[in-house]
Amino acid sequence: MMTQILRALLAHWRHRPVQLLSLLAGLVLATALWSGVQAINAEARASYGRAASLAGQAGLGRIVARDGGLLGDTDFVALRRAGWIVSPVLEARLRNPGPMRVRVIGVEPVTALANGTTSAGPEAGSAALLALITPPGEALAAPETIAALAGVAGLPPLRESAGLPPGRLVMDIGQAQALLAMEGAVSHMVVAADQPLGRAPLAEVLPGAVLKTGPVGGADLARLTDSFHLNLTAFGLLSFAVGLFIVHGAIGLAFEQRRPLFRTLRAIGAPLRGLVAALLVEVLVLALITGLAGVALGYVIAAALLPDVAATLRGLYGAAVPGTLSLSPLWWLGGLGVALAGALIAAAQSLWRLTRLGLLAPAQPRAWSRAALRAQRWQGAVAGALAALALGLALTGTGLVAGFATLGAMLLSAALALPLVLSGLLALAARRARGDLARWFWADARHQLPGLSLALMALLLAVAANIGVSTMVGSFRQTFTGWLDQRLASELYVEAVSPADVPALRTFLNDRAEAVLPIWVAEGALPGGAGAVYGVADHATYRDNWPMLSIVPGGWDAVAAGDAVLINEQLSRRQHLTPGDTLTLPGGPDLPIVGVYSDYGNPRGQAMIGLALFDWLYPGSERRRFALRTDTPEDLRAALVGEFGLPAANIVDQAAIKRQSLQVFDRTFTVTAALNALTLGVAGVAILSSMLTLAAMRLPQLAPVWALGLTRRRLAGLELARALALTALTALVALPVGLLLAWLLLAVVNVAAFGWRLPMTVFPGDWLRLFALALLAGGLAALWPALRLLRLPPAALLRVFANER
Amino acid sequence: MSVRLAVLLIWLALPAWAQGFAGLGADSDAGFDLPDPAYRMQFPQDHGAHPDFRIEWWYVTANLTGEDGQDYGVQWTLFRSALTPDGDVAGWTSTQVWLGHAGLTTPDAHFSAERRARGGIGQAGVSTTPFAAWIDEWRMAGEGFDQLRLTASSPEFAYDLTLRAAGPLVAQGRNGYSVKSPSGQASHYYSQPFFTVSGNLNLPGGQVAVTGQAWADREWSSQPLAADQDGWDWISLHLDGGAKLMGFRLRSTGGGSYSSGTMIGADGTAHPFGDGALEMTPLSETEVAGRQVPTRWRVDLPGHDVSVTLEAINPQSWMDTSFAYWEGPVRLSGSHGGRGYLEMTGYR
Repeated sequence: MMTQILRALLAHWRHRPVQLLSLLAGLVLATALWSGVQAINAEARASYGRAASLAGQAGLGRIVARDGGLLGDTDFVALRRAGWIVSPVLEARLRNPGPMRVRVIGVEPVTALANGTTSAGPEAGSAALLALITPPGEALAAPETIAALAGVAGLPPLRESAGLPPGRLVMDIGQAQALLAMEGAVSHMVVAADQPLGRAPLAEVLPGAVLKTGPVGGADLARLTDSFHLNLTAFGLLSFAVGLFIVHGAIGLAFEQRRPLFRTLRAIGAPLRGLVAALLVEVLVLALITGLAGVALGYVIAAALLPDVAATLRGLYGAAVPGTLSLSPLWWLGGLGVALAGALIAAAQSLWRLTRLGLLAPAQPRAWSRAALRAQRWQGAVAGALAALALGLALTGTGLVAGFATLGAMLLSAALALPLVLSGLLALAARRARGDLARWFWADARHQLPGLSLALMALLLAVAANIGVSTMVGSFRQTFTGWLDQRLASELYVEAVSPADVPALRTFLNDRAEAVLPIWVAEGALPGGAGAVYGVADHATYRDNWPMLSIVPGGWDAVAAGDAVLINEQLSRRQHLTPGDTLTLPGGPDLPIVGVYSDYGNPRGQAMIGLALFDWLYPGSERRRFALRTDTPEDLRAALVGEFGLPAANIVDQAAIKRQSLQVFDRTFTVTAALNALTLGVAGVAILSSMLTLAAMRLPQLAPVWALGLTRRRLAGLELARALALTALTALVALPVGLLLAWLLLAVVNVAAFGWRLPMTVFPGDWLRLFALALLAGGLAALWPALRLLRLPPAALLRVFANER
Repeated sequence: MSVRLAVLLIWLALPAWAQGFAGLGADSDAGFDLPDPAYRMQFPQDHGAHPDFRIEWWYVTANLTGEDGQDYGVQWTLFRSALTPDGDVAGWTSTQVWLGHAGLTTPDAHFSAERRARGGIGQAGVSTTPFAAWIDEWRMAGEGFDQLRLTASSPEFAYDLTLRAAGPLVAQGRNGYSVKSPSGQASHYYSQPFFTVSGNLNLPGGQVAVTGQAWADREWSSQPLAADQDGWDWISLHLDGGAKLMGFRLRSTGGGSYSSGTMIGADGTAHPFGDGALEMTPLSETEVAGRQVPTRWRVDLPGHDVSVTLEAINPQSWMDTSFAYWEGPVRLSGSHGGRGYLEMTGYR
């Protein structure tokens, strides 16, 4: 019985391959976009995990210098001899040529803490230990790191270790000190979870050091990058939703078309339960096939986008993510599950309606358009409720999740309201229209609306997302470029090779540069998490150019005198600190805040104080970097390299930094743009499939018009015009929705994710381009049905009158 | 003593250990100084480290009685191992590696702890005047070698003992040249078996004041064991009446063994004896850490009228360190009363 029912049901698809194709395409695309984004997220998260557990030191406490500077070998020995079970780590950037930023991580293998309680020591034995600790030493690195360092001189032999995140060189601390010319330096010490009885307090052994427990840099990084991943997930979800619209449309249509079949089957004795089961089997089989294809396509999308994502994360947050995918079976299963769930959701309405189908109900698809009116009222109510929810969330919610929830509610509300709005607009047009043909044109468009509304909703979402995101990215880029011009006022930026070279470098520069402005930074705890404190010289470069959002009169003088502090916008927004409040500096005094500056370079909190105060507070901090003012940057650069002997890689000019920064910026949004384009493509497919399936159903409406004397050419032209009109109207409705989306992204999501709020700039040129794209998509989608109409044999039109319907 | 060799060898997994080498393997004289029968020890220099030899240790075991009347045992050990014969180099490129073991035994509990350090940076080392041997906060130190303070701690236990020598240093073997196998592996070896002890133990149940006796061993060599020696049993006994007995039995894979030791009079006079003089017979075994280990022994030294039974104070005295072994205090009965320390390795 079941087999017969199934065969009867499946016969429908054999006769309508295009409809089947659109159903399959919708599910495949939805699953692919969703699982592609998930794959990217999973890969990035796994890398953070690896980075955090590097050297087995995840979750342990760390001892660092109170002033944010370096500790030494002697501090390590003093702590051990006072009964502290610690292991030293030296972490610093490798000065290597090439694009990959490499950090050297020097660990002490004999005391390295394997699991936080006992030391596991050199498992590999004495030969391996000897190779590590004696010259030339040995460094462990990921394969891509080794490839990036090929041909670099002065490095120890590199050994492949696939478990390491890229951009790290792990080696013995002694060898690391030698390689980095940082003899005796320790950047922090890892503290074992279990410590022996009766050890001396840290403050007695090392007054200049502090113990930091709880999450270290890794967790901080995870929190920051979370916002980026949430961003991606939101776009993945959006694409999925658009895909589901298509599937829902296709399944709903198939249901309506098969109404007579259902009635006949029921009438000849097929049980309702069997019919429902057969439909369920049909949906599940389709979902399984499309799920598999979708996951495979998702893999392709993820593999194509991951290098950009990896570059973004590295550029924006310094998080190392390999550019290659390694996926777990769980991911494949998850993708299939999403396809199944999506298909079931899309089919739920049809199945429910099947159970309610009366045995004697009219077997005509007219029910659909009649029911549409009721559905529209429902949709209107839901849209209103969602709009209210979005408004409420926008007014009261805080944080990233609330931001995205607002965004989702707003978009969904707009999509659901679309048929109502379009219907109203079309009614208005019909009333204004002159002539019977024009009136028929508009009325027929309105009649077609229910069948097309799902596809148009998908188009609305895609266009709105495109407008919103491109406005956000454009605004951001404009602000960012202006900010770079202000921030990078100096002509050259140099970095001494070692702290010992600094005095000589300064002497050398004193006669040659107009001004030598130190860029000294100490890492430390600021309110709300880890941050950085910069020492700033009292110089016109800063007073004239620094991108201040607000500053009290005389603020720069107070900062120069060491009496006040400037903070960046992120710190100001997150901690609600404004000029007039006080800020506690890491390990130091409370100072009044006199100004807030914009800072798009990193998402962390930052403070700036006068150089003299910085010198006094953080004597151990790294201070090898200087900004140089000069009229002849090229001559100075040549002198630094030729006369002073500074490696060329240690000198960067303003233009190069700007170029790099903008590169990082553009890469950041490559992925977003790609997802946007894909979403628009999905919407195009949706329109095409709806048009194709509607075309067959519309013959009874077209035949009378043809019979009244309209040529098929004319009719086809009108069909095309109607599709273009509907697309154009939808795109017009999408414009305000997109702008609202942009505003939400700039004023809510960005503030929550990065801590900065950007002025919104509109780009009407982009809108025109997008409008044209949408029309093109709609026109192309309508072209095929129109051509088919053009070539339709008149007999087919005549048959409409002959057929008993 | 042999455990001390093995700890180093297995911990460091020297290729020589894995491959084995009968007689004087090429590895053992790869640039290291070798024990010399003609060498005469000089103090205080020889209390210090001999970085040109491959392996060396400072080893103290103490039999203690608490104010509560209970028996306690304490072990404190510092091992030094040279990965290369480059001697003592300052800085991270030093190839000297140090290892510390501490044990504390009560009748119903046994605690052990381990520390590791690289040479060249001061985290572990030995100085002679004043004497100090240390790794991390664990120390054995004093003005000279005859009055020492011994401390160690772990998350579970700590001890702080004062050791005073009530007799002379004793050279083991022939003038401190101690032979370890029929094929001639040997070490430089001297002891201070006459320490009296007072101090405090810090246990999970609280502080306990203790008094008792301690035995210090100093040994250095470059020649590990013979390839077929896979385990050993070693004893240091404080006999009632003041005499001391050090003995060991190196077990061969073939079932044979090589034994040696020294009978020490109450005045410190040493009577070394060679292979076959000492008989060590396991009487009963205990399951310890998943293996059968003999924890009751019969020890006969007919030439000195010694015939005693050793009974472990805590049969579960398992040193759960990176190279695990059994080491704990014992009580004596038979021809002599008294107490001492038993060390056993190679039981699987």
